[in-house]
Amino acid sequence: MSRLEVLKTYKIYIGGQFPRTESGRYYQIQDGKGKVIGNICLSSKKDVRNAVSAARKAFGGWAERSAFNRSQILYRIAEMLEGRRDQFINELMIQGASKVNAEKEIDLAIDRTVYYAGWCDKYQQLLSSVNPVSSAHFNFSVVEPTGVVSIIADENSSLIGMVSLILPAIAGGNTCVVLASETLPLCSITFAEVLNTSDLPAGVVNIVTGKKAELIEPMGNHMDVNATVYSGSNADEIKKIKELAVQNVKRVKTYNKKWISDESQDLYLIADLQEVKTTWHPIENIGGATSSY
Amino acid sequence: MAAFLLSFSYVFLSLILLKMPMSKLKPFSSDFDPLRHESPSVDKVGVEERVARIQTRSIKNESKIQGLKMVLNMIDLTTLEGKDTPGKVKQMCYKAMHLHDAHPGLPTTAAVCVYPSMVSVAKEAVKGSDVKIASVSTAFPSGQAPMSVKLDDTRFAVDCGADEIDMVISRGKFLSGEYQFVFDEIAAIKEACGKARLKVILETGELVTLDNVRKASDIAIHAGADFIKTSTGKVQPAATMQVTYTMLMAIKDHFDRTGVMIGMKPAGGISTAKAALHYLVMVKETLGDAWLSNEWFRFGASSLANDVLMQIIKMETGVYQSSDYFSID
Repeated sequence: MSRLEVLKTYKIYIGGQFPRTESGRYYQIQDGKGKVIGNICLSSKKDVRNAVSAARKAFGGWAERSAFNRSQILYRIAEMLEGRRDQFINELMIQGASKVNAEKEIDLAIDRTVYYAGWCDKYQQLLSSVNPVSSAHFNFSVVEPTGVVSIIADENSSLIGMVSLILPAIAGGNTCVVLASETLPLCSITFAEVLNTSDLPAGVVNIVTGKKAELIEPMGNHMDVNATVYSGSNADEIKKIKELAVQNVKRVKTYNKKWISDESQDLYLIADLQEVKTTWHPIENIGGATSSY
Repeated sequence: MAAFLLSFSYVFLSLILLKMPMSKLKPFSSDFDPLRHESPSVDKVGVEERVARIQTRSIKNESKIQGLKMVLNMIDLTTLEGKDTPGKVKQMCYKAMHLHDAHPGLPTTAAVCVYPSMVSVAKEAVKGSDVKIASVSTAFPSGQAPMSVKLDDTRFAVDCGADEIDMVISRGKFLSGEYQFVFDEIAAIKEACGKARLKVILETGELVTLDNVRKASDIAIHAGADFIKTSTGKVQPAATMQVTYTMLMAIKDHFDRTGVMIGMKPAGGISTAKAALHYLVMVKETLGDAWLSNEWFRFGASSLANDVLMQIIKMETGVYQSSDYFSID
């Protein structure tokens, strides 16, 4: 007897939950042959608002977690990704990737997760410094996460483009709201399912799907978003994001990288979403004639 | 039949009472016997459905801005912490009068609500404004103190200049059926209040059922409450829409019988502009426009004000706001 296949409803990911868009709207995506492969939430600006609230709520706790614990959680994400490797390959192929490329993409995503898991308790040492000053002070600069980051993921990749931007943000203690690729959104929601089973606290990563033309605005001008990250090369979109960022002086980072390359991962992607705090602390002269040390 | 006679006698009595001067009408109607009085039972499922429906009303933008400003003007800005200091109270009083100076044209809050020991500080701080001073009393929040202490507590607050007294009822006595005790206590505090308006806190989170909430509301109203209030904010759950609806119905029934208006104050747990608007819709649809002013309806809240402010600015600029740009309360 043939059975009816149970199809997955692709919902968005906000605050550790999988709600449908509050707008009730959806759009369809098709494979190369014109066959409908999914009904995807057409999120509204209210969904973005809810996601930003969730990210803000999660920020304090995530930023204050020990670096080592953040590292453990990122490693756990890699474990969960590995367990779902076949599902991702399948989904990437449905969206038009060849088997070889699909395997390459998921393997790189897993490895990249481990890579950033390793950075969690190391970037502070490399990005911070003790500064030489000509007075009786310790003067040191330390990095702190920027805050809530809105990420507009790469349009041309379903998984690796998005993962490559989320990981350095959360490794550095930020929380984020992500807009998935409009035309290749399937892996984003499956990735959300991975996050949801990885001990990642609710709200640290929130993922919405929908139209860029509609959602760049609320993601770019929300006063409670501290930085906007954009991947791609559309000059109009970049211009718009920069304009929207003006009101609360958001950091804007735009990348035009081939995320599938092994080279597209480094410490500076973490550093891009860190703020430097410099502190003066009075001391007596070390090693001087009057030193008490 | 009995119910019919009962309601008939109410109408009759209220006709007589209405002819008496207002001062005689209050503090309480002499026909009320807290032990014999049967409050109507509350249909919990019905209340939940009604409340759910009220939450689906859509409000157009212009009305929403007006509603949000009304909410601000109905807030009793509250600080009731062991760690309260005169500095904290002064800061809150300033906030009550200057909600967001960057945006002109906003109202002040209705009142600030503090402990009796902070009343004189607060009174001094709001001098010259319309902001009233509400003080909790009667051994807030538990109410576990002898009557003499509760009376002293109340008189002290009134002497310090409190315009409004928020008392708690003795929930333990209420739950063990000593309704007369509860009634007499409220009546005694009402007398001690003098000119100050009395809000009676039922602490609905401890009353267990909606039937009890209704019963306690009826007792408080008849004993002389000017306002009935849901919660202290120290017990979960605090104000819910179901409980507030039940209390609003008690107020409505009382008004229908006697023509006397009683105020309502949900307190605790209302922290979003959206929730506050739902409450306004509920008041309008149960009691009508007459209750839509801070004379008759209040929100007991601390963090609500900022969320409402953020919504107002959002509605006017189209940009979602951040608490980073609003005062800490």
